[in-house]
Order: sequence, then C-alpha cells, then structure tokens
Amino acid sequence: MSITSPDGRTTIEPDDGPGASFFRRLTMATDWKSGFVIPALAVFTAFVIGAVIIMLTGSSFTQMIDAYLALLKGSVGSLRAISATLTEATPLILTGLAVAIAFRAGLFNIGGEGQLLIGGMSAVLVGFSITGLPWFIHLPLALVAGIIGGAIWGFIPGFLKAKTGAHEVIVTIMLNYIAYRLVDYALKTSLFQREGRNDPISKNIEDSAQLPKLLAWLDPAMKVHLGLFIALAAAVLIWWLLFRTNTGFEFRAVGANPSAARYAGMSVTKVYILVMMIAGGLAGLAGTGQILGVLDRASPGFNAGLGFDGIAVALLGRSNPIGVVLAALLFGGLNAGGQYMQANADVGIDLISVIQALIIIFVAAPALISAIYRVKANASATQISQGWGS
Amino acid sequence: MELELRGITKRFPGVLANDDVSLTARSGKVLALIGENGAGKSTLMNVLSGLYQPDSGEILIDGVVQHFSDPGDAIKAGIGMVHQHFMLVPVFSVWENVVLGVEPVKGPGIMNAKEARREVRDISGKYGLAVDPDALVEELPVGIQQRVEIIKVLLRGAKILVFDEPTAVLTPQEVEEFFGIVAELKGRGATIIFITHKLKEALAIADDITVLRGGRVVGNADPATATPELLASMMVGRDIDLVVDKVAATPGEDILELSDVRMVDDYGRGVLKDINLTVRAGEIVGVAGIQGNGQTELVEAITGLLPITSGTIRFEGTDISTSTPRQRHAAGIAHVPEDRNHMGMVGSFTVAENLVLDSYYAAPYSRRGVMKGDVIRTSAEDLVEQYDVRPPLIDNTGSALSGGNAQKMIVAREFSRDVPLVICAQPTRGIDVGSIEYIHEQIVRKRDEGKAILVVSTELDEIFALSDRILVMYDGRIVAELRTSETTPTEVGLYMAGKAA
Repeated sequence: MSITSPDGRTTIEPDDGPGASFFRRLTMATDWKSGFVIPALAVFTAFVIGAVIIMLTGSSFTQMIDAYLALLKGSVGSLRAISATLTEATPLILTGLAVAIAFRAGLFNIGGEGQLLIGGMSAVLVGFSITGLPWFIHLPLALVAGIIGGAIWGFIPGFLKAKTGAHEVIVTIMLNYIAYRLVDYALKTSLFQREGRNDPISKNIEDSAQLPKLLAWLDPAMKVHLGLFIALAAAVLIWWLLFRTNTGFEFRAVGANPSAARYAGMSVTKVYILVMMIAGGLAGLAGTGQILGVLDRASPGFNAGLGFDGIAVALLGRSNPIGVVLAALLFGGLNAGGQYMQANADVGIDLISVIQALIIIFVAAPALISAIYRVKANASATQISQGWGS
Repeated sequence: MELELRGITKRFPGVLANDDVSLTARSGKVLALIGENGAGKSTLMNVLSGLYQPDSGEILIDGVVQHFSDPGDAIKAGIGMVHQHFMLVPVFSVWENVVLGVEPVKGPGIMNAKEARREVRDISGKYGLAVDPDALVEELPVGIQQRVEIIKVLLRGAKILVFDEPTAVLTPQEVEEFFGIVAELKGRGATIIFITHKLKEALAIADDITVLRGGRVVGNADPATATPELLASMMVGRDIDLVVDKVAATPGEDILELSDVRMVDDYGRGVLKDINLTVRAGEIVGVAGIQGNGQTELVEAITGLLPITSGTIRFEGTDISTSTPRQRHAAGIAHVPEDRNHMGMVGSFTVAENLVLDSYYAAPYSRRGVMKGDVIRTSAEDLVEQYDVRPPLIDNTGSALSGGNAQKMIVAREFSRDVPLVICAQPTRGIDVGSIEYIHEQIVRKRDEGKAILVVSTELDEIFALSDRILVMYDGRIVAELRTSETTPTEVGLYMAGKAA
C-alpha cells in the first residue's frame, strides 16, 4: 500500500505495487506491534472465542475451565507433557521455516506437504536399504537424503516460476497431489513395501539411522528426539542466512522489490530457484525427522498436514526464524495438550483446530485485532482508504 | 465568484498539514498557490473539494460561509477540481467520460446519448476547448485529455476551477495552449486556482501568488515584480541559486558509444531506432524528450536491464552489448534510475542496506558471501553525512525518507563510486527545490572530476541547466543533437513534439 504524505501529493510506493506490499504485510512484521503485540493478542482472542465455543456446545463454565487446565497440563504440566510438546513442535519448526524463507523472497510455498513426503521417502529408503554402517555415517546420510529429496521437490516450482513465470502457488499445490499419489504407489512397490504385507507400509529403518531419543533413559514414553536440536540449528542457520549473507540480502531484496533487485544486478531467476530448493530441503528435513525420530517407517499420510500447518506457523511467526520457533512451540503445545484434553476433559481435540484457525485469521486480519483492542496497527486497512496508512 | 479561506487548520496524527491558512482567490483572476512537496498545498485542496473537513477555519464563497461534508457539496457550490492524474476511463469516449455520473436520461436507466453529445459540444464551443466528443480517451494526447477533464468540471457547473500541477504532464507547446485555455476561462469570469511548483509558470499566468511552506502561508507575491529566485527562497526559507554554476566543459576521450542500437519490444514495435550517441569524459550530455519516447529503454539498454535487438554498446572501448547489469555495474557504470521507489531502492530496507543495494556483494562490504555489517554501517554513516540525507539515521527504512532525501540517498550510493560513467534518469523528478539544487551541484562536480555523465530528463529547465550537449528523442529516435549554447528551449520543444526535422 502506498504512503501518502500529509498534503496527499507525494505518493511513495515502498514495495513493488500494492499487491506485493499486501503480501508483505500479511507475512512479515514491520515493527514490534505487528511482530509481537498483534500475534499475542490474536492468540489470546482465539482462546477467548474458543471458550465461548466450548460453552455454546453445551459445557458449563467449570467444564470449560477444566478443559483449558487440561490443555495447559497436557502441554507443559509435566516433563512428559513438555516432551510431547517438543516432539510435536519439531517438524513444525522446519515446515514453518520452509514457508517463511519463501515468504521472504516473495514466494508462497504451499508445497510443504509434497516436499515433506518426498524428503521423508528419500530418508526412509536410505534408512532401511543400507545396512551395516555405523550410526555416525548412516544417520547423516539419511538426513542428507531427506534434504535432497525435499530440495528436488522445491526445485521444480522454483525453476518453473523463474523460467516460465508459472505461479508457484498453483505448481506447489499440484506437486502436493503428485507426491501423495507417488507415496501411495511407492509404498506398494517391492522396493519400499515390507515383506509379507499387503497394505502400503514401508520396511523399518535400521537402528543406525534412528534419531536418538533424548529422554528415553528417564521414561520410554518420552519421544522427544535429536531432531529438535537439528530444527533449532536450522532456525539459527536460516536467520544467519537471511540477515548476514549476500544470498539472504538477495532473497529479501527480491521479496520486497524485484524491480529494484534486478536494477541492483541480482538474478531474480537464481533467487527463485535457490530459495525454493532451500524451502524444499527444510520441509524434506521435517519429513525426515518424523521418519527417523518418531515413526521408523513410512505409511500413507505420514505428512499429517504438517506442511500446511507450517503455513500457519510462518504467518504467526511473521516469517522471522525466531518467531517461527515460538509459533511452532505454541502449535506443538496445542497439539500435545489437545490430545490430553480430549482424554481427560469432556472437550474434543477438534477445538484445537478451531483455535489454531482463529489465531491465523486474527493474524491475517490485524485490523480486527486493532479494532477490538484499540491498538493502532500500522497496517490498518481503514486508514489506507483515507490515503494515510502505511 | 470570489473564494476566501479563513484560518484553515488541518491536523493529521503527528503532522500539522495546514496551520491557520488564509487566502483569497479573486473573481475572474488566477491565483497561483506555490510550495514544495509537503507544504500543505494538496491538503488545502482536499479541504476545498470537501474530501477533508478542516479542524478549524472557514471557507467563504462570495462572502457566504460554506460547509462541505463531502465532495458533492463542493461541486454544488461551484468548485471544480482538475487533478494532476486524470480521472478518466481510458476505454470510454470523450462524451461518456464527461457525463459519467450525471448522464442525461430519456427514461429510467436509459441514457440520452444525443443530449450528452450536445452538452459536450456546447461547452467545448463556448470555451474554445476543441475536442471530438466521440474520440476514445485513450487515443487522445495528454493535452486533449486535460481538456476533457476541464469540460467535465464545467459541465458540473464549476465557477471556481482548481488545477493541481496541470502542466506536469504537458509538452512545452501544450503548456502554451493550456495557458490560452486559462485565459479564455478567466475572460468568461471563472476563478482559477493554479497549484504548482514551477515558478516561471506561476509568474507567467497568475494575477496573485500565495506561497505555502510547512503548512503555513509565508507570504503573497505580486507576479509583476516577483522573480523566480524570490519565490524559491520564500518556498524553501533560505536563499536559492537557481542557476547551476559551471564552467565550460573540457571533454576527454569517448567513454560510452552507442552505434546503430535498435530495440524491439514484446509486441514487435521498435522502441529504439538506430540510436547513435557518444558521451565523453568530462561532459554532461542531456537527453530531452517527452516521457515515453524511448528514454527509459535507452537507459535500460545502456545499463543492461533490457536487451538490445541489434547494434553495439561500447564502454571505454569494450563491447558490453551482451553483458549483464552486474557486469556493467562492476565495469564502472553508475545508474540513478528514473523511478526511485520502484527501482532505486527497497522501501522496507534500511538506509544502510539501500546504500549497498548494488555493491553489497563485493569488498569491502562482503567477504566470502558474508556481509560485513560494521563496514556497511560505517560507510553508511559517512554517506548520509556527506550527501546530506536527512534525517541522518541509517536504521530508518528507505520509505520513511522524503522524496528528496531518498533521491539523495540513491545519488550518494551511485556517486560515491569512483567510476567513469554516471547515468542519471530523471534525477530530480518530484523532489523539492533544495534537493534539486544540491543534486545538480553534485552532477556538475562529478563532470568536473572528469566523469562522463548522461542525464535524461523531461524537464527542459533541467536539461538546459546541466547539459553541455543536448540530444532530443522523439519516437525512439534521436532527432536532434544541439549545443546548449547554440539552441533555445523553444527549438528543443519543437523537436520534442516531433514538429521540426
């Protein structure tokens, strides 16, 4: 959106047209208000509305309080709960980063699902087919295979966007469908399918390819695994890449203003391809973590919507790697706590999906939050109509 | 009708856009309202047109206080606005545009086209605004489109006409015609308010001049006695030297040579036709022309942003016709692009980041792919100081800067490189007088350091102030090459309009 000076004359278009700046406003923070206050209030509001929904569906006030207490207990109430939260958050950090880094370069990566599946399938293949290696060779090999698999699935939309202008949203959605069916097919082939089984399920990975469980020595039910640290390291690495390297500078310039990037001698083509490969690699790593750390094998649907949840995580985290980690922890906690709540209070886990969806609606429509709490958001749409907003 | 504003004050969050503004536009006279960008001219105009309600103050027409709650009220009171950016539907005909919103009808929902055409013809005949009612607006030259806008407001009964920067988009000849129209309207008793920052035009057609600065009226001037220098210093608040001081050029060897350069656009139309030009070290070559005659393509051909179809471009003797923009940048071509917001900077990047936008990849700003934040910041601190970018805060975003300061930031980035060729496209478009003066000085200084400079501008004053030689572009060709000392703006204007050859 344009900035218009007080006398309404000097119109400054900070970005590459109104569409681009709408995209940026939706996906990125410009200051601490849109970066922290608005998301925090969005989360709070979603919980309030969630409470109303619980009571509208026939529960009493005390039952509602019990449900929220169960949610809290199931997510951070015990070491076992924290382990569950962290396990749920691990893939979300990575798929969140996969969406966030593409946002930074001005691309909307809806393809996390497909990239995650192809990455996971590559990892499971390396995980079961190679035997007799020590873990310090086998595990890294499986991880790298997963990253490469995802990167290939990210390369396709990046390449088509750069060379033909094919819109990445369309291409990544279609590649998701292709990946779903490809996995179904692969799991029925003799290469992947476990001997003696007729249903689509892969062989189990070797122990040497497993991501070690961090707290299994305390309690075998604690599933948090080394993938958590890999995900956190990835967040740090992506932050460094975006804000400290030439490549990140190019990503951000292309995302904010492709014309200026071209003027400055950057290759927009290269950026589109590279950023989609990195995004695909991150989503592939998310799938790899699930296979090597949690599931030990692949079966249809092991993506479990994690690629799509990554979009929500990136939006809530304002495409900032640190924000993505925090958002992934929140969503991980909601998922873990929701299971506990379903088991221990009289409220179904569907509520969690509703709350997560509400959070994203409020983050995407900051004007709503601003109106409710009278926070003056810089990105308020009502002001733009007067030619005054940012 | 006489229009009077008394003590108009309009406040926006953090900005006092109009502060106790009082002025009078006399019946049948032309009032020029001049001021820099941000002086409050357009806010005042929006108050007058009913778009904004003033926080305090009164609008009087013939001594009667008016209350405008929306633009409809202002139109009913007889105020008509002609905007800088025309509010026309390009694919509609002239008469359709003119009657849009006030269509005469035969019956409910059935337009009376005959009546509409007649109304348009009546007004154009009465005021000498020759235009074909059935012509498509998109096929008309800008000067004629402006007439359509004027007919539009006259049809709605306007007696007070407000023109916002009406000459910004016109050729010199169209400006003359426009002045004729203004005289005609004035002769028929219309009151004219002419908002501009072009001082010579204000002096040429105004009966009264009111100067705004920082939201306040800083004074009135009599066009019979005022000079451009006086008005400029009133606008800026300090003495302004409108003449660029420069000694005769001492050109050296050829730096840039274009021979038989052609470019064909995506639709197969020739946008550059057999361009031959040379820019030598130590001279400023000005490219004059009306917007859209190939100047943008010429600059992008030289900088590598658009591929040429045939011909060669040589830089310091080397053929760079197929080099990438990055290679040309590295070889030593600096480029101040014509559109600073869409090309020259990334609005959401900080000033420090924008100052390395095209040199971030090389030493000293980067080493092995990692950017050196401390070097970039130190260099940025120096540049904002040296090139007078205000406020000198390197962590502000680029879009927070005013037009003039954003342009100074871009000039700082490009001029701080010690390279043989500098290309400046529209270097002072839409910026304040103070920044124009500063940027012009920098361009001449660069020439005196022995650099080759190519300046592309649609402003004839700028071309004449800076150039040692003038090239005129028309329809993708260079139609004239003239020595500045041996030509006149009138002659160049004729070439620009394609009327001399």
